Amino acid sequence: MIRALRAALLIAAILAAWQLLFLYAGANALSSPLDTIAYAIELLSSPRFYPHLLETARAFAVALGIAISCGILIGFTLGLYRFAGDVAEPVLVALYSIPKITLYPIVLLAFGIGMPAKIAFGAIHGIVPVAIFALGAVRNLNPVYLKAARVMRMAPARIAARVLLPAAIPEIFTGIRIGFSLTLIGTLLGEMFASQRGLGFLLIQAIGLHNIRLIMALTLLLVVIAVAASAALLAVDRRLRRHMFGS
Amino acid sequence: MTPGRVRFALALALVLLLEALCRFGVISRFAMIPPSEIVWHLGQILASAQMWPAILKTLGNVVAACISSIVVGVLAGALIHRWQALRETLDPLFAAYYAVPVYAFYPLFIVIFGLGDFPQILIGFMLGLVAVVVNTLNGLDRVPRVLIKTARIHRLGPVATARKVALPYAAPYIFTGVKLAVAYSFIGVIGAELIMSRTGLGYEIGYAYNNFDNAVMYPLIVFVLAVAATVNTMFFLWERKILARRRK
Repeated sequence: MIRALRAALLIAAILAAWQLLFLYAGANALSSPLDTIAYAIELLSSPRFYPHLLETARAFAVALGIAISCGILIGFTLGLYRFAGDVAEPVLVALYSIPKITLYPIVLLAFGIGMPAKIAFGAIHGIVPVAIFALGAVRNLNPVYLKAARVMRMAPARIAARVLLPAAIPEIFTGIRIGFSLTLIGTLLGEMFASQRGLGFLLIQAIGLHNIRLIMALTLLLVVIAVAASAALLAVDRRLRRHMFGS
Repeated sequence: MTPGRVRFALALALVLLLEALCRFGVISRFAMIPPSEIVWHLGQILASAQMWPAILKTLGNVVAACISSIVVGVLAGALIHRWQALRETLDPLFAAYYAVPVYAFYPLFIVIFGLGDFPQILIGFMLGLVAVVVNTLNGLDRVPRVLIKTARIHRLGPVATARKVALPYAAPYIFTGVKLAVAYSFIGVIGAELIMSRTGLGYEIGYAYNNFDNAVMYPLIVFVLAVAATVNTMFFLWERKILARRRK
């Protein structure tokens, strides 16, 4: 109850700040909260908007799938082979912290303009955090599990599926949660540069046309989608951790 | 062989492979120029005066974004830590913050503040800020009660307690936030420059790309990545040194 009240208070404070900024900066700079919400709902019910939303959703889903599967594969491999992990971990950390956006010309040259470039751009943003968390999860694993698996002469693929994945799922899920948001950012950035469709394309087009209502409505939609998804993932994350580690 | 040497050897092998692929025409010159030429062109670019205004402007904005996010972040963290109700109200915001694509706000900032340096600095600042705040809070949570009690016995006020006792104790945790702020400042500023700007390294990379000018584009990309990786690694090593000293 108190938590719901606090969340409502937070949203009210943000809306109030937005309204004040609107009164200060004027309609030339931004649109009011009410107007933006109305326009966002109008967008959602217009048939011309749906193809863009669907395009972004599809690119994002594929990119996330690639990021999660490749990230876990890389993390598990590096976690199981200690030396390979020692060699690669600083590289992963460095890759996490460099501005990957500067790589977009290279991605475009490699994949051309369109769906593949967007997916690649989303995936390269998401792979690294998933891999780092998966690697950490394997490192922190109780060594007895791995020893038992080796005693039973399990093949590496079976170890990954039957031992690593179930034991490391909470930490991997945290990596997926972070990878989720980074993949979304990457996909949108890809659309801004390399696309004729999708929400990112609409955004960059709206900047060019100075269409403030559209910019703000799109930003609002993206924020609502991202916050809702992250809240849901966070809830699952907490549940997994409680389930694994007790309360 | 130590992991460091293997890493170096692998990197070297990769560069040599790229060189060979480019030289033998497997990768066309329109897609990529050989690494040796990238290095040579980068030398030319750095030796001439042409690109330095863009380089200095970008680095200046990165430093501005980084310092402002660290200063504001630590101050905000210290304030929020004292006010429990505010903290619990803001917690969901912090948890969801990095799910929001901050670049989506960039068009808005351009509209409000104009296409100058400020929107780019603001993006870098916003990316780094919450990382610093969250890590400052985390560090302040771990200050032992006995230190706070000792401060009270010495009749230190809240500001003096924070400045002389709590923040120094929390420094290693705050440093984690600082490290992220450094990385995020680079990502924010250069990303914003690539999306839309009139000067700066990001702009120059985009401009070279649009003109198929690989002799400028690849050296600049390598330069940006090398500078960002070097600065991030320096902070990483510095952190390790501080942590090692504390463990003694």
